Amino acid sequence: MSQSNSLNQHTPLEYSTEDGRLKIFGFWVFLGAEIILFSCLFASYMVYLHRTAGGPTPDDLYDVKEFMIETFLLLTSSFTCGLGTHELRRQNKMGVIIWFIITLILGLGFVGMEIHEFVDYVGEGAKLTTSAFLTSFFTLVGTHGCHVSLGILWIIGILIQTARTGINAVTARKLFIVGLYWHFLDVVWVFIFTVVYLTGMVL
Amino acid sequence: MQTDHSTTSHGHEGFPWKHVIGFILSLILTVAALWIVVSLSLSVTLTITFILILAIFQVLVQLLFFMHITEHEGAYQIIAIFFGIFLAAVFVYGSIWIIY
Repeated sequence: MSQSNSLNQHTPLEYSTEDGRLKIFGFWVFLGAEIILFSCLFASYMVYLHRTAGGPTPDDLYDVKEFMIETFLLLTSSFTCGLGTHELRRQNKMGVIIWFIITLILGLGFVGMEIHEFVDYVGEGAKLTTSAFLTSFFTLVGTHGCHVSLGILWIIGILIQTARTGINAVTARKLFIVGLYWHFLDVVWVFIFTVVYLTGMVL
Repeated sequence: MQTDHSTTSHGHEGFPWKHVIGFILSLILTVAALWIVVSLSLSVTLTITFILILAIFQVLVQLLFFMHITEHEGAYQIIAIFFGIFLAAVFVYGSIWIIY
């Protein structure tokens, strides 16, 4: 493995230590496991898609305007999070904090929209226990929403640490990893957008 | 093991073109998927095939433009992610194949 003396000047700070490199790789393995978790939830959603038990169908529930706003909020937050990582590589602490705070606001907007959407559905009589379709829908979309909520808390924690200790090998690694997590949530949402919402409109 | 802070930023200066291009591509792909569903009256199978292809491109944009998946020597993370994708495909396709 390359040691510090063989690391050239192009090496970003988060890869500058063996510890940082291993933890970043470990996080990619975790994301691999997350793909499998979500794939099982997607599989059960597709299996139960038509098992509506006389309750609301996808066509009755999904609202184009709402899920498009959710999609654009999350896509934009993924972009601003990427800009945060870009500023991290320029060692610009203020830039990192500003872009990650914008990411947080967009993420909160997304979670708020999703809670609103779920409350609406329950008001329309589409509850978790109404049908197998709704159980799998709420489990899939809700698991993603929980991940986003957890990501918001995680980013807040790392931002506090960054504000206090500045950008160093430890905070750079943590910011990079939370960035990977956030982009991954956008990847999962792309499939929820495609497989759940758009497909729900054509079937 | 102190890296020289003044030089680590080399190669990451300036305008983040990569991110901006990635963002524009992701917006285009999203709007295109919605357009296929709302405006084109294709058959159900064709519509779903097209939007799934767009979703795969969308994921590639995220992985390549935002997550820097090819970054770092060895890049063993690509193996981890593709193993995850392989298992995901088996679970999803297998479930659909059994049920329908």
